[in-house]
Amino acid sequence: MLTETAIIFQRQMRILLRNPVWVFFGLTQPILYLVLFGPLLTRVRGGGLGGDASWRIFVPGLLMQLGIFGAGFAGFGIIQELREGVIERQRVTPARRVSLILGRTLQNMVTIAVQSAILCLVAIPFGLRPTWAGVLASIVVISVLAIGISAFSYAMGLILKDEDAFAPFIQSVSLPLLLLSGVFLPMSLAPIWLHDVSRANPLTYIVEGTRALFRGDFGDANVIAGVAIAVVLGALLAWWGTRTFQRQSA
Amino acid sequence: MAESRLIEARSLARSFKTKGGTVEAVRGVDFEVRAGEIVGLLGPNGAGKTTTLRMLTTLLEPTSGGARVAGYDLQSQPREVRRRIGYVAQVGAAPSAGTLVGEELVTQARLQGLSKADARARLVKVAPELSLDGLERRALQELSGGQRRRFDVALGLMHTPQLVFLDEPTTGLDPQSRANLWEHIRRLRDEDGVTILLTTHYLDEADALADRLLVMDDGRIVADDTSEALKARISGDVIVLSVGDGADPGSVEAVVREAVGVRKLHRGDGGLNITVDNGAVAVAPMLRALDAAAIEVEGVAVSRPTLDDVFLTLTGRSLREGEAPAPTPEPLAS
Repeated sequence: MLTETAIIFQRQMRILLRNPVWVFFGLTQPILYLVLFGPLLTRVRGGGLGGDASWRIFVPGLLMQLGIFGAGFAGFGIIQELREGVIERQRVTPARRVSLILGRTLQNMVTIAVQSAILCLVAIPFGLRPTWAGVLASIVVISVLAIGISAFSYAMGLILKDEDAFAPFIQSVSLPLLLLSGVFLPMSLAPIWLHDVSRANPLTYIVEGTRALFRGDFGDANVIAGVAIAVVLGALLAWWGTRTFQRQSA
Repeated sequence: MAESRLIEARSLARSFKTKGGTVEAVRGVDFEVRAGEIVGLLGPNGAGKTTTLRMLTTLLEPTSGGARVAGYDLQSQPREVRRRIGYVAQVGAAPSAGTLVGEELVTQARLQGLSKADARARLVKVAPELSLDGLERRALQELSGGQRRRFDVALGLMHTPQLVFLDEPTTGLDPQSRANLWEHIRRLRDEDGVTILLTTHYLDEADALADRLLVMDDGRIVADDTSEALKARISGDVIVLSVGDGADPGSVEAVVREAVGVRKLHRGDGGLNITVDNGAVAVAPMLRALDAAAIEVEGVAVSRPTLDDVFLTLTGRSLREGEAPAPTPEPLAS
C-alpha cells in the first residue's frame, strides 16, 4: 500500500512541478488579504489586535483560509482525471483504493505546507514576529487538516462529477465555515449569538489553537483542542473520502 | 477444459436507477470467451456493450449474475482479476498538461505491481510494438489521435495481461489510423497469444478483427457466432435483378420463384431484390428460366450479405441508423 501511495504521490508531484505556477496561483488570494487587508488590523483596538500583535492573529487565519480553499478545491483535479480516464485506468489495477486517494491528498498536503511557509515568510516584512516553533507546529496542524479536506473534496468531485456543480458546493460550504471560525477578526469581538454559533464550528478551535501557537503559548487549552480537532477531523474526513472513493469504484 | 475459457459470464445483469425509473442496461447475458480468441461485442449505442465490459473489468458491480474472468470470480476475487486483465477504455477527454507518455506508462505498470526496473524494461518492449518508440518524452497533449489511442492500448498492456478488453478502440480515428490499430490488435493475438474482447458499433471493424461476434441489442445477446456463419444463417445472398421495361413484374417474379429457391423477394430501386441461400449457385438457373420466358435481362448482381443485413434481420433495426446520435429508447419519464 505504501509503494502504491508513493507511486501516485510521485505522479501528482511530477505533474505539479512541471507547472509550479499553480503553487503561486493558490497564494495570490491570501497574499492579497495579507497586503491589502492585514495592515488595517494593526490600527484596530480590542480582541488582542493592534500593532504587530495583529499579524500573529491574522496570519494563522490566512493559513486556515489557504488550507480550506487550497484543499477544498482539490476535487477539481479529479473531475478532470475522471474525464481523461485516468481514474478508471488506475481502478482496473490491483492497487488499493486507499492508495489511489491517499497519494493525491499527500500531494495537496505538501503544496499547502509549502504555500503556508511562503505566506509566513512574506508576512515578516509587514511585522509578523511569531514564535517560529509555533509557526512550524501550526503548519503541521493545517497540513493534517488538509489531508482530510482534500480527501473529502476528491470524494465530492467523484460524486458530483461536474465542475459547475462542484464549485458552488465547495464555495457554499467553505465560506460560512471560514467566516464562522473568525479567520479575519477574532470571535472575541463578536456579538454573543455569533460567538456562540462559532463555538459549534470545529475550525474555530483550530484557528484559536494556531493563534496561541504563533504567540508561543504551547500549553494554551486552545492548542490542545485545536490539535486534537485537526487530527480527528482530518482522520474522519480522510476515512469518509476513501470509503466514498471505494464505493464509487465498486 | 475450464482453463481455456478466459471469460464465463452467467446471467450477468446490471440495471441503473434513474429519475424515470429503473433502466435495464444488461439483461442477464451468458457467454464464453476462449483463450486466443478475438471476440467482438457488436451493437448500437445503448445496447449495453460498455456496461458489460465495465462489469467484466471489475469497474461496475453486477446487479445480479456473475462471471469468472481469467480464472477468478469477478465479485469475490476482483484483485486477482485485475492482475490478469488489461482494459482500454473509450477515448477520454484531452489530457492535462505535465503528463509524459513514458512516465504514464511506467506509472501504470508500477500500479500493476511491476518493480521500477521491470516497468522500464517493459516500456522498452511495448513502445515499439505500438509504434510509440521515440515518443516516451512527448507530452500526452501533443499526441495525434492515432498516437493517443495506441498509447491507451499500451497502458492496458504494460503488465502483460492474458486478456485485454478494448472499448471502441478506433472510434474517432481516420481510416489509416484505424487500419494501423487493427494491425496492432491482430498482432497482439497472433504473436503474444493475448485474448481480446472488444466492443464496436462499426461493422467493418467487427468483420475485420473478430473471430466471433456477440451481437447485442437492448441489453441482450441476440446472436453468438462467426461473422460468416451469421451472414449465411440469417441473410443468405441477395441477387439484384433488373429487367427491360416491357416485362410484367408479376410474371418475372413468378418465373424466378419457379426457377430457384427464393427465401425473400421484394421490389427495390435497382430492380428485384431476391434473397437466396447461395447466390452463385442460383444465378445460372434463374437466367436460363428468364431467357426461356423471353424476358430481357438488363443486369444482374449478386451481393454477399453484410453484417448490417444480419443486424436488421436479428433486431428489425439497421445498425447504421444507430450510428447517428438519436433514437435510443428513453425511460418513461414522469
